[in-house]
Formats: sequence, C-alpha cells, structure tokens
Amino acid sequence: MSKDDSLGESLRKQGISRRAFMKFCAATASVLALPPGMATVMAAALSRARRPSVIYLSYQECTGCGESLTRSFSPTLESLIFNAMSLDYYETLQAAAGTAAEAARKTAMKENWGKYLLVVDGAVPVGNDGVYCTIAGESAVDILTEAAKGAAAVVSVGTCAAFGGIPHANPNPTGAVAVSQIVRDKPVVNVSGCPPVPEVITGVLAHYLTFGSIPELDHLGRPKVFFGETIHDRCYRRPFYDQGKFAKTFDDEGARNGWCLYELGCKGPVTYNACATVKWNQGTSYPIESGHGCLGCSEPDFWDKGSFYQALSTGTWSGATVLGVAAVAGAAIGVGAAVVSRRRQAHLDNEKQPKEKQP
Amino acid sequence: MASQIVVVDPITRIEGHLRIEAQTDATGTITQASSAGTMVRGIEIILRGRDPRDAWAFAQRICGVCTLVHGIASVRTVENALNYEIPPNAQLIRNLMIAAQFVHDHVMHFYHLHALDWVDVVSALKADPAKTSELAQSISSYPKSSPGYFSDQQKKLKNFVESGQLGIFANGYWGNPGYKLPPEANLMAVSHYLEALAWQREVVKLHAIFGGKNPHPNFLVGGAPCAISVHPEHLESGVEQYSGGAGAGATAVNIVGLEVVQNVIHQMRTFVDQVYLPDTLAIAGFYKDWFTRGEGVGNFLTFGEFPQKGMNDPKSFLIPPAAIVNRDLTKLHPVDLSDPAQVQEFVTHSWYDYSVGKDKGLHPYKGETVLHYTGPKPPYEHLDTEQSYSWMKSPRWRGKPMEVGPLARVLVLYASGHEPTREIANYALKKLGLPIQALYSTLGRTAARTLESKVIVDAMQGWYDGLIANIKTGDVRTFNDRLWEPSSWPKTARGVGYTEAPRGALAHWVVIKDGKIDNYQAVVPTTWNAGPRDASGQEGPYEASLKGTQLYDAKQPLEILRTIHSFDPCIACAVHVTDPEGAELIQVKVT
Repeated sequence: MSKDDSLGESLRKQGISRRAFMKFCAATASVLALPPGMATVMAAALSRARRPSVIYLSYQECTGCGESLTRSFSPTLESLIFNAMSLDYYETLQAAAGTAAEAARKTAMKENWGKYLLVVDGAVPVGNDGVYCTIAGESAVDILTEAAKGAAAVVSVGTCAAFGGIPHANPNPTGAVAVSQIVRDKPVVNVSGCPPVPEVITGVLAHYLTFGSIPELDHLGRPKVFFGETIHDRCYRRPFYDQGKFAKTFDDEGARNGWCLYELGCKGPVTYNACATVKWNQGTSYPIESGHGCLGCSEPDFWDKGSFYQALSTGTWSGATVLGVAAVAGAAIGVGAAVVSRRRQAHLDNEKQPKEKQP
Repeated sequence: MASQIVVVDPITRIEGHLRIEAQTDATGTITQASSAGTMVRGIEIILRGRDPRDAWAFAQRICGVCTLVHGIASVRTVENALNYEIPPNAQLIRNLMIAAQFVHDHVMHFYHLHALDWVDVVSALKADPAKTSELAQSISSYPKSSPGYFSDQQKKLKNFVESGQLGIFANGYWGNPGYKLPPEANLMAVSHYLEALAWQREVVKLHAIFGGKNPHPNFLVGGAPCAISVHPEHLESGVEQYSGGAGAGATAVNIVGLEVVQNVIHQMRTFVDQVYLPDTLAIAGFYKDWFTRGEGVGNFLTFGEFPQKGMNDPKSFLIPPAAIVNRDLTKLHPVDLSDPAQVQEFVTHSWYDYSVGKDKGLHPYKGETVLHYTGPKPPYEHLDTEQSYSWMKSPRWRGKPMEVGPLARVLVLYASGHEPTREIANYALKKLGLPIQALYSTLGRTAARTLESKVIVDAMQGWYDGLIANIKTGDVRTFNDRLWEPSSWPKTARGVGYTEAPRGALAHWVVIKDGKIDNYQAVVPTTWNAGPRDASGQEGPYEASLKGTQLYDAKQPLEILRTIHSFDPCIACAVHVTDPEGAELIQVKVT
C-alpha cells in the first residue's frame, strides 16, 4: 500500500477477502475472550490504520519467548506482521545487522515517537554500570530507558522481563531487574511465563494493536483475561484432586490414569496462567497433561521457592498453608497472592541499589 | 577502501548478543577478527545449592532456541553422577525429542536465520510465477508449487514492500551484488520461508506430547515425566475405536497423542526431503565460491548422541564421539570428558580471572569462573581486543581449538563409514559437482546441517516403532524411582553428562554434596566455536573463519554474516558460570 493506504485497502490489494479478514479478527477476538460483536469493532479498527510500529528489544534472555511467539496459531506471527503491525526492530528475525539494524530502530523511534509499542524480553542487568549486557556498545539499561521514553506502552514478555526471572534468581550475579523497575512512567503489561503461552503473547499484542489500549491487568500487571484463574482451577485433573486421587510417582497407575500431581510438587494451585485453558501448541497438551507438575513459571520468583518436586503443603510458596481442602483453595490463594505481591514490592524496592560484588 | 575496523553489533538473526570486530586492509580483506559475547547471566552460579533434580529446568533456560539440549544434558549429568539407569522407553522418548529438536532447529535456522544472507527478498518481486513453478517442480515433488501459489505469495510480498513499512526486512542489504539468485529462486525461497514458519509450529507438537509444551518442554531425572496412558488393546483397535481422548483419565501420551507423534515424524521427513534438502542444493548451486572460504580451524569434535543401548555404551550411538585433527579423516581420536588433559578452558581474553593466572587452562572439574569486566565503560566504540574482550571463554581439546556442530558430526559419521551419511553426502556433492574438501567452508557447514537433518529424521521412525513395540509387550515404564529420593544418594557424587545439540557438542559437569549442587558447569557448542583467542594466541573457529574474507562494502557486511551464520550462533548458551570443586571461587561461563 502507499503510505496513506488503510489496512483494509492494502488487504484488498493483496487479494485478502473481507471474509478472510473477518475470520482473522474473529479468531483473535475469541482468543481474547471478547464478545462476538467485538470482531467487527476490531476489523473496523484495523482497516483504518497504518500498521502500528512495534519495537522488540531483547536483553538477558534465552530467546525462548521469541520462539514462543513464532509458535502462536491464532493469530500467527506472520499474520500479525503482514496485517497488524510493523515489526521495525527485532534482532532475532530482522534482515539488517549492526549499524543498519540500529539505524532501523532509530528511524522507527523517530517516525513513531510517542506512538510505538515497545516489547521487551529478558531481564535488565543494572549491576556494574550495565556491563553485563551491551548492544552496539550501549548498555541494556540505557537503550531501554531511551526507547521507553518514546513508547506509548511497554509489554514485558516472559518472566525475566516481567519479574526478573532466572537472571534475578538468587544470588542474582548481575543485578538483574524487571523492566517495570526501569520504566516507571509508562503503562507496562507483564506477560509472564517461561516462556509465556504463544497465544497469550500474540493475544496481548493483538489487543493493543486493535484497540490502542492495554487490557485490564491484575495486581502484578498481568492481563486478567489470561491470568485471572489458577492452573488448578481449570485443570482437567481437578476432579481427581477433589476425589483425593493422587499420583505418587511418575509412572505408577495413578500417573498413567491422569491423577492429580499435587503430591509430586505441582504448583498449579498457586499459578495464574492460561496453560490449562488455551494450552500449548494448538491445544496439544500442557505440562500437567504430559505428566509433569506445573513449575509455577508465570509467578514472580518461582525459581527461588524450593524444589519443583516439593508438594505445596510442605513448601515455601506464598508463606501460607495452601489448600488441604479444595473448597478453601480460592481464599487461601487470594491471601497467598497478596502476600507474594507485597513481598515482591518490598523486595524490588530494595533492589534499586542492586547488589554488586558477587561473583 | 582504507584499512579500518568493521564492527558488526548486534549480529542479528542469531540467539543472543554477539559482536564482531574485524580489522580489514586496504582491499577490504579481513586480517584479524574478534568475536565477543556481550551478555552474561551467571546461571551456573545460580544453580549452586539447589536440588540436583531441579537443575534441568534452570539449565534449560540457558537457551530457548535449542530449547531442550541443556535440559537433556542436565538430567544425564545427574544420572551419571548417581549411576542412575533410565527405562528403555524413556531413552526412546528422549531420542525422539532430541531428534525433533535437531530437525526443527535446523530448518528454522536455514529459513529464518540464515536464508536472508543468500536470498534477496526484493528481487523476488521481479520473478515470473510460472517460471518459479517450473523451477520448484524441477527440484521437488512438494505440492505447493503451482504458478497460482507463487503468484499469491508474490502479491502478498509486493503489497508488503509497497506499504513502505518493511518491518523486519527494513535496511536489509537488498541489491548487494553478493546476492546471486535469479528472481525465481528468490521467490521460491521467500515462499518457503513462510511455509517453514507454519511447518515448525506443527512439528513441535511432538515436544508438547512428551514434554507438555514447547519451548521448554519438561524433563525428569530418572526417566521421562510423561506416563504412558496407552494399553496394548488400544494399539490393536486403532484410534477410531478409542474414545478416551486427551480428557480426564489419561495423559497426553495416549493413543491420540501417539498418532500426533507419528504424524509429526511424517511431516518432518516430508519437509526435509521435499523442501529443505532440495532448496539447500538449489541455493548452494548459485554460490559455489562459498564452498572455498570460511573454513575455520580444520579440527572437529563430537561427544556423540542417540544411544541405542543407554549412555554407558557409546558404541551404540548413532553419532559417535570423536575428534578429527587437521582435516585428517583417516584417524578418529577418542574423546574422554573426564581426562584433565583433554578439555580445558582458557580465559586469557575473557572477562574472568583464574587463581592460577590468566594464561593457564583448566579442566571443567577444576575450573573457576570469576566475573571480572575490564572492558570499556558503555557506551563504547571499540573493545580492546589485545586484552580481554568477551564473556565467552576459550575451550580447547588437547590444546587445540575445535569446531563443533553439524560439519563436525557429518565428518565424523563420514569418516567412521556410516552408510546413510556417506550416501547423502556423496549424492549432494555429486549434484553440486564438488569434492569432499568443499565441506571445509561456509556453505559446507550450511550443507552439513541439511545433510545431518536427513540422517536424523530418517532414524526417528525406528525409535517410534521401538516405543510402540515396547507398549505392545506391556512395557509402559517411563521412570525409575530407585534413586529419586536424595536420601538414597551417596554423600558426595560427581558426574558429567553430554549430548549433541544442534549447534554441536555439549557437556555439563556437576558435583553433588549432601543432596545439593556444590558445583555446576557447562561447556557449550558456541563457546567452542565463538570463544576468543587463547593464551597462545590461537583463534577460535569464528575468528579463524573470517580471516581472509573480502568485504565488498564494509557498510553492508554481508560476507561476515554469511560465515558467522553458517555456525548458527547461540550466544546465551556460550556464556555461563561455574565453580571449582571445593574452592571458594565462583566459576562463571558465558551466557
């Protein structure tokens, strides 16, 4: 399309029918659990605009989040790139390297100042003047600070960007912090998970690209539509929990019959995420369905809460005695989550002066 | 062109944060290159004091691209330390998962990370869709090849380009004379870029069935976490007769899940045979000069993979462990990861200190990692490459820099007389009209990746059939609980576990004391390939491979990208952290 073409026009030129376009909108709306009528609103919004600029930065990360993004079935990454966003900087996929790559980022920032969506994966090391992560000779923290100034909103993809994740795990050798510790004056959406469910990443992007606003968030900055319920609440094995049927080891009769993994350390009861509902890889499975307990990977500091195989009732999660009786689970978790949240805030406040030294 | 230092940072289309500084002479030829990893997390430090059974999850987060390799290496390391056997089904499931990772990773590398070094996206707009169809059908029976299909793809691309919002294709080196493909080949390759993106989403379902998700599927010390919910009678009656589905009362490894796995194996083989292999040969045919440059160090190393009879019987491995020195394919040297004289790491040019001084090498069991950044304060223009300049260490085998990865494996398989490898390699070389020496090059490395994908994908069916055969006999064991409880462990134990990752030989070392990790180390593929110079000034494979490369335009360092991408860098892997046994120092490798 020419610079002024709307997306609708561009799609017609590409031979994409209105019907196909509506299908895309409907699928996206359904992932976001929006009412059916919203597909039309989405379509209208998308037809108006040039594709909004998205700048995607990566710091202390493993690229698992970016890989997850490519796994999304609805919407797909390519449909977002062709139809809904202009992915103007993303090291993992972009053609240009070095100076040309940095120039692309700077141009996109300049042309879309105040309007672009900034996506970040990875934690940000602030120890030792930021020498633990540099790109083109600049520290991650400096690049992020500058890029955030011109952003309309920031999406922290993955638990590292959202809560510090594994670089931040004890003893946090590089002074790694969450993006929200650096970016204080812009809306930050935390899309946690290690990595997040693919459709959760694209769903949040699609929401922003469609409505120009961020979805409703929980107390940890996570979109409620995906993080509103625990894995346990929506787990297909929940009936076994209620019946008191538990797998005792990983391939006993109970394990083969799909009984509850609570005693093998499952963190589903204290973990808010969409794994049990959206599931993974086009609904193929999710960790519990494939016999391993939930690690709790969308929760802050899950790396530092004791063994993954320690049952919640004997563990250190949330400092509260969790569960025991299914009926009180909701209340207990609510309390637990609040405790976690307060503790996290205190913890993060301590970290403004990151501990250097070690190692 | 005046002599200058060409800096490429960030190297894009890789995993992680890599910087190349290349000194060029007046002809634009690289006289010295320095490879720098610019991000570190310190995961080995973080692992200390934790439950060894949890280590796989931490180690796996070293990398989310080769997403399972550190998980596999980690569970094998703990199992090696405890002498912990796993059931045959768990072995077969791991083999299937590792193989799926190889094929998935290699295809994505070729199309999504490497292709744009050879394929000019903008040129594809000039292609004739009918001729593109002819080209595609002349090299493959892949069904998506009609003129209409290519016309649609071209239209999509045209509107995208004309939008003026080029996104990830912005500022590419389009039109650089280094691009040699005719427009039709470019259009075919761009179309397959999109096909591969859709294909890869499907085939990771194998990981989802056995590991619950991808990226980062789950593993388990002592076996596989996925209990098998299939009874022999399900296999007799077939999927139609089975009403269990993936609902309550079953795991994902039920008869439906196994059908998914079988389908994935078919999809993988089809794509390798009909798309990846023919595309590699077709594209390589236009770049034969790239089979004569970018060699590296001429030494190659494998640790071995795909056990048929357990990890204690390396003779049963599909890919044997071996070292090749100085291109000599007549002699495969044995490799012993516990021998202090074999694997050593140097930090002479790395941002770490050793208590024995920066010019000595240390075996991983005695290794140290103390982060000590001495580079310029950011923002900086140049690193001081005479001093320390990377978060990566420099591993050496018997003092020599070694290349690891697909080329090393193909050469070891070829030299050991592995018939399927010789057959496919000879077929490819004949098709291209090249001698075997052509493999010692940038495109040789890229081609080796394709060739080994074919060898590995063809082996998958056998493991799947083995799993089904076991289930039919009533053997559904996936986990050995004998040593699960730490109370059953010795007071101290140490072990080494290894795997072949898509990017090359990978090993982890662990020391366990009182049921906790006392020391954890990983020496990973990209550290072997991308590490800086060692104490005697020997370059690693990245640095050596760039030497002598002439840049057409220093502002468009396409030639550097081609060679570096041919290694498939994974920098998060390459930087890590460890600690010497019993010492107070904290050892860190690069991540």
